[in-house]
Amino acid sequence: MNAIFSSTTERKIPAKEQLYLGIKAGIPICIGYLPIAMAFGLLAKEAGLSLSQGTLMSLLVYAGASQFVAVNMLTLNMNWLQIILTVFILNFRHFLMSASLSQKLSNVKLFFLCLIAFGVTDESFAVAGTQKENNLSPFYLIGLMFSAYLAWFSGTVLGFVIAGSLPKVLQSGMGIALYAMFIGLLIPPVKKCKSFGFVALLGASFNIFLYQLLTPGWALVFSAVLGALVATFLMKEV
Amino acid sequence: MDQVYLIVIGMALVTYIPRVIPLLFLQNLKLPGPLQRFLGFIPYTILGALIFPGVFNSTGNLFPAVIGTLTAFILAWLELNIIFVVIGSIIATTLTQLI
Repeated sequence: MNAIFSSTTERKIPAKEQLYLGIKAGIPICIGYLPIAMAFGLLAKEAGLSLSQGTLMSLLVYAGASQFVAVNMLTLNMNWLQIILTVFILNFRHFLMSASLSQKLSNVKLFFLCLIAFGVTDESFAVAGTQKENNLSPFYLIGLMFSAYLAWFSGTVLGFVIAGSLPKVLQSGMGIALYAMFIGLLIPPVKKCKSFGFVALLGASFNIFLYQLLTPGWALVFSAVLGALVATFLMKEV
Repeated sequence: MDQVYLIVIGMALVTYIPRVIPLLFLQNLKLPGPLQRFLGFIPYTILGALIFPGVFNSTGNLFPAVIGTLTAFILAWLELNIIFVVIGSIIATTLTQLI
């Protein structure tokens, strides 16, 4: 049903407009990323990293939680292998997200694929994965991912430069931003089709349980996989 | 601290590889129906797991987080533009913390 709908719509929209749509979809991510990236910049600075080291990490790695963990491990003088292995384990969840995202793409050129892959984060995947279209434009994805990337980069620099000058109350109030975005992404499809809500509840329930046993990264991977497995067996189609 | 640059490059590699491999190999592959449905459910299970239980620890205090979460649910249910869902939730959370 979606396939018919999408093949007649989104590939007709010109690339420039797709890029614009993507950037627009990225704005809520930017709002959420800025304070987190600033906190990262501040932490990196306090840990004794130079501005170029901290920013380079945000530019090349671009994966929130793992950057915080890596900076922590650096201050504890852990060796490089431990740090890199930890980062690998923390970020392995993107494998699952890219696999899911791959099914919403077709005939995207290698160059664009490599760019899009770089921008896969929990948040950009949450936005892209909940789009109705089954055939996403690479320009939409690039707009979405690189507006978020820009916010992550500029937040890191800001954190180094004006570290800690954001009022505490606002800082912690903004901690809710990305969660509000996740809720805002989830509710509209759930209103249209209750099964999506059930599937999300499966993921949430597994995670509430597994969160206590595993590291957050693995808890997320297993919750997503187990929830989707149960859904695949219980529901014929959505 | 020069080692830091090498560590950053290593981190970048081990982060990028799991991101790129599925896109390179699965894009034009016709997967069996159940596997396709499984992958189609992933965004929703991930959303559920990203929200819970993390949202309760998002602001340092449980109560403002609950208020922010409820605000986001209500605004999203009213189908407001997602930017207003986010801003509304931030305002509600911040105000609750000030009280």
